[in-house]
Amino acid sequence: MASLTISGIRKSFGSEEVLKGVSLSVASGEFLVLVGPSGCGKSTLLNLIAGLETISAGEIRIGDRVVNNVRPKDRDIAMVFQSYALYPNMNVRQNLAFGLETRGVPKARIKETIERVANMLQIEELLDRRPRQLSGGQRQRVAMGRALARDPAIFLFDEPLSNLDAKLRVEMRTEIKLLHQRIKTTIVYVTHDQIEALTLADRIAVMNDGIIHQFDTPQQVYDNPANLFVAGFIGSPSMNFIPCRLVEQNGRKGAVLKAGSGKSFFLPVERPGLSLQQWLGREVILGIRPEQIAGGFHEQEGNPQIHEIECPVEVIEPTGPDTLVFVNINGREVTCRVNPKAAKAPGQAMKLMVDMSKALLFDPQSEQRIGA
Amino acid sequence: MPDGGLELKTGRGPGLSFGRILLYVALIAAAAFFLIPFFVMVITSVKSMEDIRTGHLISWPRQFTLEAWIKAWGSACIGVNCVGMKGYFWNSVRMVVPSVILSTLIGAMNGYVFSKWRFPGSETFFSFLLLGCFIPFQVILLPMSLTLGWFKMAQSIQGLILVHTIYGLPFTTLFFRNFYVTIPDEIIRAAKIDGAGFFRILWRVVLPVSAPIFVVSIIWQTTQIWNDFLFGVAFSGSGSQPVTVALNNLVNTSTGVKEYNVDMAAAIIAGLPTLFVYIISGKYFLRGLTAGAVKG
Repeated sequence: MASLTISGIRKSFGSEEVLKGVSLSVASGEFLVLVGPSGCGKSTLLNLIAGLETISAGEIRIGDRVVNNVRPKDRDIAMVFQSYALYPNMNVRQNLAFGLETRGVPKARIKETIERVANMLQIEELLDRRPRQLSGGQRQRVAMGRALARDPAIFLFDEPLSNLDAKLRVEMRTEIKLLHQRIKTTIVYVTHDQIEALTLADRIAVMNDGIIHQFDTPQQVYDNPANLFVAGFIGSPSMNFIPCRLVEQNGRKGAVLKAGSGKSFFLPVERPGLSLQQWLGREVILGIRPEQIAGGFHEQEGNPQIHEIECPVEVIEPTGPDTLVFVNINGREVTCRVNPKAAKAPGQAMKLMVDMSKALLFDPQSEQRIGA
Repeated sequence: MPDGGLELKTGRGPGLSFGRILLYVALIAAAAFFLIPFFVMVITSVKSMEDIRTGHLISWPRQFTLEAWIKAWGSACIGVNCVGMKGYFWNSVRMVVPSVILSTLIGAMNGYVFSKWRFPGSETFFSFLLLGCFIPFQVILLPMSLTLGWFKMAQSIQGLILVHTIYGLPFTTLFFRNFYVTIPDEIIRAAKIDGAGFFRILWRVVLPVSAPIFVVSIIWQTTQIWNDFLFGVAFSGSGSQPVTVALNNLVNTSTGVKEYNVDMAAAIIAGLPTLFVYIISGKYFLRGLTAGAVKG
């Protein structure tokens, strides 16, 4: 178990800079998720931590040791790959043993370790099979077992669940979380799936274009995204972005929203500690998540943050527990998550309750959250 | 294969359609076109000279005899030495076996480097190596004979081994490189993280999945080197001539009567090993050439 400190990492392939100064630190035992769209540099960062690529500038420390020029095998890390990367010519037992054999671990210890790991992952009955005789989920388990057998200071996961089908992915996600709770080893986990990031991470680093946009706890990243990119990337369906002008009515600052029917509504934006004086009369982007626009809320009686608007419904998409209702506000398509019973048919006007307590404002120029 | 998988589809239910018959006739004709010369060789080699003189080219031998084979193997005159093909046959074996092993092993190593341990400039290096596939044999005769002279390997089997090994490398490297490209890089990365180095990854991870491409390389190289005549005639001495050169000399020996049966037997002796290699491993050859990704 060890901490990981990354400072000012840069990496270029030829003339293309894929990492443009990345810094983060992970405490010992922490679960860090690097999340971002493909090509954002997250896998490159993981390969740099693993030592599979050399860094162009900056410093990586594992514990107190600078590992910039340490070879992968001497970094005390283990890695789980997206394609599992099991050795096709070896059976499961040999796959698990390989990393121990190369390190000269005595035979008896290897046997003991394999038994312990196989027991932990419930793969005992698979030990004599070849990788090609295993299902995707079983291969995934063996790949994790191979990493576990080594008992490294840091685990690196490179999109480990991307090749699994949806149901299995959710199961394995829970297993990885349980595993981390048991072994409490530092984990760096790369994914493009924001739900995986939110469910697994102690802290999330949201990356795009070679930089970290936000490095914080899942709840913070969700509730208080640093900028438009993070706000749009985290959460599904995505946060609604409604361009509007900040005005003052009856001493309250807020946004005027014009529904598709032509009706206008004033929605006050009031958050403790957020001063909007300098934004009065200027264009801003109102960010509001679909679940904050609903048919009604449990504790809505007398809540001054909840406001009613009325919009004609354009499209509905039932998802089961909720129905997504699409309406038009200020010329933008806005997604609302409503109770299936409350959803109106397309073309009908629908009363929607908007919970402004978690509404965010963004600067359209810098794309930063106002007050961040 | 499931039951009935071998049943022929004839298009119109049971029985042979006209198109099918035409197809078989064409296939049989094509097969005959290639097999008849060989058939003539075989029957001529088991005839006596008397039989050949009086009979027809494709007539069945009146009396079956292995005399021509025994003579071709042990006592036919090759130039002025009447010692038969056997010494030359073993010369070829002594030349082919080490050349094939060396060129295949070095090719495997090269392919491994060019696919999994690329270094700055390795692609350029690889393209230059590939150029070797397209250099005609004749072009390198003179420079190579000078080189062999400097190495004091002229007119020796060792010299021929060196030439064939070098000349085979572009091909074997290409085979192995293209095969290893299909092994996912992630497996190599996993092995690196597991603590394995260059040779351990080659030995424990890469070579164990390489059987199909080894078969391809071995068949290709054996055929090429065994059948080679030009290098054999240019770089060998009297004691190191391979079987192809001996066959040429035997057939061209002008003293006495032309013994067609001995010539044919000698030609078949010279051709048998490559035929044998292909028959026992041809199945793997095709499989290796078309081998797809190594599935993890």
